[in-house]
Amino acid sequence: MVPTSYYILLSALLFTLGVAGVLIRRNALVLFMSVELMLNSANLALVTFAMARQDIAGQIVVFFVIVVAAAEVAVGLALLVAIFRTKQTTDVDEIHSLKG
Amino acid sequence: MELVIFLITAVVAIAGAVAMLLSPNAIHSAIFLLINFVAISVLYVLLYAPFLFVIQLIVYAGAIIVLFLFVVMLLGAERAEDTRERFAWQRPLGVSLAAILLGLLGYLALRNPSAGATVADQHFAAPERIAEALFTTYLLPFEITAFLLLAAIVGVVVLHMAGGREPGTENRELRTRN
Repeated sequence: MVPTSYYILLSALLFTLGVAGVLIRRNALVLFMSVELMLNSANLALVTFAMARQDIAGQIVVFFVIVVAAAEVAVGLALLVAIFRTKQTTDVDEIHSLKG
Repeated sequence: MELVIFLITAVVAIAGAVAMLLSPNAIHSAIFLLINFVAISVLYVLLYAPFLFVIQLIVYAGAIIVLFLFVVMLLGAERAEDTRERFAWQRPLGVSLAAILLGLLGYLALRNPSAGATVADQHFAAPERIAEALFTTYLLPFEITAFLLLAAIVGVVVLHMAGGREPGTENRELRTRN
């Protein structure tokens, strides 16, 4: 049997890699992919606890998180395309019009 | 045996995530993220979640990654990033902060080492049980997510219409479209 702490450790590692991706990468699309990686790591933690407690509620929450992530990706990419239309770049360091 | 499968899948997931971060080509990053999503779906099978295994493959690997690839190819964003950094200390600081976060989360995860959970009922999350819970106890969130998806679709259409048009031609196009 695999201890649940192994799954939680893997989830923590994937979340950290997602955070590192958001902090390091400047391509807006790879940044967005790192956010999806963070969401997946949280889903993995939820399913792990659902198994540990034999409670189906954890998996129902993961279902809703997946739906919300799909909606977020659609709107976020539409925003990115709209930004690209004016700026002609996907480098997030170039998007600083609101800077004081 | 289950431990061996878990270790192999975990290594594949981590390798996919690291390769996604380090790859200069955005299309390669999307493919590595796809590898990571498939590895996570295999982990769902190990965690007695067959419904989520299928949903993860259909929605994440089959729709979200495809959407990412469409947008990457539409914007031509697969070029490598400009090596010129605005602040030279930004990347080392990001990596060190992520390492601190990993230390904290790892300490929390390993604080109470628990043995493998003995699963009394292997089918506690069979699709029938998920459907039973989703359409009785969790019916309200289910309907609300339907509205959320509708709002997302309408938002995407509005974002497409609002941007990129010259002020003079916008009304003309809307008038001829009925």
